[in-house]
Amino acid sequence: MSRSQKVALFVLFLPALIITVVFYVIPAVMTAAMSFTDMDFRLRWNFVGFATFARMFEDFLLPRILQNTIVYTFLTLAFFNVGLAVLLALVTSYVPERVGRVFQALWLLPRFTPPIVYGIIWMWILDPTRAGLLNGLLALTGARPVNWMTDYPMATIVVTNGIIGASFGMVIFYSAIKSIPRDYQWAALADGATWPQQVRYITLPLIRWPLLFVTAYQTLSLLTSYEYILIITGGGPYFATTVWSLYAYNMAFGGYFANYEFGYGAALSIVLVILGTVASIVYWRVFRFREMMAEPKIEVM
Amino acid sequence: MARTVQAEPSRPQPAAGRYNAQAVRREERLVTAAVYTFLVLVSLPLAVGYGWLLLNSFSTELAHGVWPSGFTTRHWRFLFEPPSPYYPDLWRTTWNTLWLAVGMTITMVAVSTPTAYVLSRMKFRGRNAFLALTLVLHAFPGITLLIATYYVLRWLGLLNSIPGVFLVKAALMLPLGIWVMKGFYDGISWDVEMSALVDGASRIQTWYKVMLPQVLPGIASISIFSFIYGWSEYIYVITFIQDKNAWTLSSYINAIVGDFRFLDYGLLSATALFYIAPVLLFFIFTQKYLMRVTIGGTKGGS
Repeated sequence: MSRSQKVALFVLFLPALIITVVFYVIPAVMTAAMSFTDMDFRLRWNFVGFATFARMFEDFLLPRILQNTIVYTFLTLAFFNVGLAVLLALVTSYVPERVGRVFQALWLLPRFTPPIVYGIIWMWILDPTRAGLLNGLLALTGARPVNWMTDYPMATIVVTNGIIGASFGMVIFYSAIKSIPRDYQWAALADGATWPQQVRYITLPLIRWPLLFVTAYQTLSLLTSYEYILIITGGGPYFATTVWSLYAYNMAFGGYFANYEFGYGAALSIVLVILGTVASIVYWRVFRFREMMAEPKIEVM
Repeated sequence: MARTVQAEPSRPQPAAGRYNAQAVRREERLVTAAVYTFLVLVSLPLAVGYGWLLLNSFSTELAHGVWPSGFTTRHWRFLFEPPSPYYPDLWRTTWNTLWLAVGMTITMVAVSTPTAYVLSRMKFRGRNAFLALTLVLHAFPGITLLIATYYVLRWLGLLNSIPGVFLVKAALMLPLGIWVMKGFYDGISWDVEMSALVDGASRIQTWYKVMLPQVLPGIASISIFSFIYGWSEYIYVITFIQDKNAWTLSSYINAIVGDFRFLDYGLLSATALFYIAPVLLFFIFTQKYLMRVTIGGTKGGS
C-alpha cells in the first residue's frame, strides 16, 4: 500500500473509528467497571468488589422481575414477533402486490412513529373511562368500564410491543416467501394442492432459516428494549410490568423509587450486556455472517 | 440449504374434469375471502388508532370514544400559547427537534459514506475485524449501555445538549448505515473506478468524483432513515436532557402526558399529530427508500 493510499484510508476511516470507540467501546468497558462500584449521583468510583452482584441475590424483587422478563419475551415472540409476523407475511404475499404493500406500510408505520405518540394512542385505546376506545365500545353493550392497564398489565405490554415487533419478521418472511421459486407453487397447483396445503408443505419448510433468524434476533431485542413499557405502563402497577432492562434503567434514572443507583444499575445491565455479546457471537456463527465480508476485487489486481 | 419438496403419497390426484376444477375454484374464492377478512380485521386497530389522532384533535367530543361530534380548533391553541406557564416555547422546542434530526442525518451520512467505501473497496489489515465489529454491534443492544453513556456525555460536557444526543444515537445506528452503504458500493462495477485510478486520480478523488454520484440512492435512504429516527427519539432525550431550553418535542409531549393525561385528550392528540406530521409525510413519499434500509439492514438471515 502506497503512502497516499494510507493517508486516504486514514482520512476516510477515522470518523467512524472515533465515534464507535467513544460511544460504544468506552461505554461498554465502563459499564463493566461501574458494575464493581457503588456509584451514585456523585459519580464517584468507589470499588466494592462483587457487592453489587451479591446484592442481586438478596434483591427480593428480582425473582419477580426475572419472571416478568421471561413471560413477556416468550408471549410477545410467540404471538406477535414470529406468530403474527408469519401470518402477515403469508397474507400480504397472497394478495396482489399493490394491496400487500399498502398493508405492510400500515404495519411498518408504528416503527417510525415517535414512541411517545405511539404511547398516546394506546393510552387512549386502553383508557379506564368511557373516553377510551375499548371502554367506549364496551359501553355500547352496557358493560362497566374495565381498567385494562392495571387488570391486564402483562397483556398490555405484550400487545403494544408486539404490534411494533411484528413488522420486522413480516418484512423478512415476505422477501423469503417471494424468493421461493414459482415452479414449486405451480407443481403443487397441478397436484391440486389448496393454498393452506401449499403453505403447510412448501412455504413454511422453505422459510425455516429466516424463522430461526427472526426468533433469535427478536429474543435479544425484546430482552433489552423497554422504551414502550416505560411510556405506557412505566413498569407498573407496582412491578407487574417491570422487565429486567427497565429495572436497570429505573435503578439509575427512575425518579420515583431509586435515584441514581449507577453501580447497581450497571451490574444489572452487565448481565444483559453479556447476554447480548454471547447472542451476537452466536448469530455470527450460526447465520454465516462471514460470507457477507468478501474481499474487495480491486485490491487483488 | 437443500430445497427438496417431497410429494405426499396420500395427496389427492391431479385436479381433472369439470367438477373438480369448479370445486378448486370455489375453494380458492373462499381462501381469498378469508385472507382479506383477516388482513382487514387485524389491521383495523392500527388504522383506528392513527385516525383517532386526526379526528380527536379537531372534535369537541367523541361519543363512545370513537364517534366525532362538533368541529373545533381549540385543541390547537398550544401553537400560540403554552398549555401552562412552565412549558418552554413550542417553536424553540420544534427547532431543537429539527436540529436533532438534521444533526443525526449529517453525522450518519458524513461518517458512514466514506467508511463504507473503504470497507467495500480497499484491502487493509483490520478490515475484517472492523466489519465483524460493526456486525456484532448491529445486533448488540446499545441501549443497555445507557448508564455509562450518561457518564461519558457528562465527562465530555455534552449532557443537556442536542449534539450529545445525536452523536450517541448516530453511533448506535452507524453499523446499520455502514452496511447499507457498503451494499450500494458493492453493487457498483469497479471498472470505472479502476480506469480513474489508472488515469492517475488519487483514492480520495476517485471516491468523491466517481463513486459518490453513483451511491446517491444509498445516501438518500440513510438520510431519510436517520432523519425520522432523530426526529422521533425518546429515551436518550428524556435521559440526557433535563434543561428546558434543550427540550425536544418528545420531552414536551412527555410533560403534557404527565400533566394532562385523562384530562385533555384533545390537547394530547393535537400535539401528537403536530409531532408525527413530518414523519407521516416522509413515510408516505419516501417508502421506497425506507424499505430498502429495513431489508438491507437485516439481510443476514434471509
